[in-house]
Amino acid sequence: MDMTYLDNAATSFPKPDGVIAAMVEYQQNIGASPGRSGHGLSIDAGRLIYDTRETLARLFHIEDPLRIILTKNASEALNIAIHGAIKPGDHVITTGMEHNSVMRPLRCLESRGVTLSVVPCSPHGLLDPSDVERALQKNTKMVVMTHASNVTGTIQPVEAVGSVLQKREDVLFCVDAAQTAGALPIDVEKIKMDLMAFTGHKSLLGPQGTGGLYIRKGLDKQIEPLMMGGTGSRSEFEAQPDFMPDKYESGTPNTIGFAGLEAGAAFVCEQTIEVIRAHEQKITTRFLGQLNELRNHVTLYGPADALRQTAVVSFNIHNITPSDAAQALEEQWGILCRPGLHCAPSAHRTLNTFPQGTIRFSFGFFNTLQDADLAGEAVRGLLKR
Amino acid sequence: MTIRESQAVALFESVSHALQAEKLVKAQAIACKLIPVPRHLSSDCGICLRFSVSLKDRVAEILHGKIDFFQIHLL
Repeated sequence: MDMTYLDNAATSFPKPDGVIAAMVEYQQNIGASPGRSGHGLSIDAGRLIYDTRETLARLFHIEDPLRIILTKNASEALNIAIHGAIKPGDHVITTGMEHNSVMRPLRCLESRGVTLSVVPCSPHGLLDPSDVERALQKNTKMVVMTHASNVTGTIQPVEAVGSVLQKREDVLFCVDAAQTAGALPIDVEKIKMDLMAFTGHKSLLGPQGTGGLYIRKGLDKQIEPLMMGGTGSRSEFEAQPDFMPDKYESGTPNTIGFAGLEAGAAFVCEQTIEVIRAHEQKITTRFLGQLNELRNHVTLYGPADALRQTAVVSFNIHNITPSDAAQALEEQWGILCRPGLHCAPSAHRTLNTFPQGTIRFSFGFFNTLQDADLAGEAVRGLLKR
Repeated sequence: MTIRESQAVALFESVSHALQAEKLVKAQAIACKLIPVPRHLSSDCGICLRFSVSLKDRVAEILHGKIDFFQIHLL
């Protein structure tokens, strides 16, 4: 039986051929450590890392590529932003739709004297920006929120939140773009973000173990690094460098991974976000249409409108648990999806799907309309059991 | 036999900045090369950008405002 991969919100698969080729090219013909020597191969490795930042900068409309630090994933990037900027006595605002990569560092800080406001979202997972405005306090240091939910795909009004925060220059706006980088157009200036965490292995189509954090110019003075160590710069000093990007990039990087990420991001630039988004919207619309016909037996979460969500669809089939459904989907239809809580307990409380969770189908650029039809057929098949 | 022109180097805070500078300078069609930082200039293990001394002012102009920190030395 053929397999149909519908778990792209966890990690995209397959990857463009160019991603694999770039990783092979690095390991066969470059191989050296970037920024650690002046020899030709080390410089080539350094150029490769620089090109990765440059391609990402082009995608996100970031003027200076050195405002992007490269990390192992979005979680590391979020931890640098959250732990690096927030001190005891500060107040932080987040939403009721966050992933644990935001909630866990915040709950940790809460136990160390930080106060937290979790702004509730609608039953479809949508945030009202005026609720963020109302939650602002004198000592609010940061608003940190997802650009789109990993559970329902709900696209949040980040631009409106960015505008609300314009009158509070002292409040940092940190966006978790794990689900949207490479899937939706992102302009850091337009959204007025101070910080943006992203992962490389989802819609940017790179390999796992890659991600990054955009830090607006001037902000790095306020953000402590999580990790310190060798950077290849200022080697005569034992204090951590205080400049971007070295301040946050200690130790030998995942050069082979970033070679793949560069190729993935370049693929996205070449196809264009608009074309990718239109394709994913078409597939999502098709599958949502099929679920809609089954609404007496299926509960759909989120906006149920491909214009207002990413290519992520969460639902439950009455009388079947998500885990039983996922097992049958794989065994009988070859569909690989994700059941359960999706690392976001507060989002599931918002959707009233805690603790059983949901079945999540997440489409990617390499899925087709036939995949959406198969998905619909499989759900109808499950109802007949 | 050609007489070798005298050279200058630009030093940066990090390898990333040196690579950024190389791109900016090359984009203006100026011949340059990344080389290990000469020991007498710094004990750092990084790289610097070498170019003809006659282009020193032009390079400084290109980098000014684009890269926060750089120093030009004659070799």
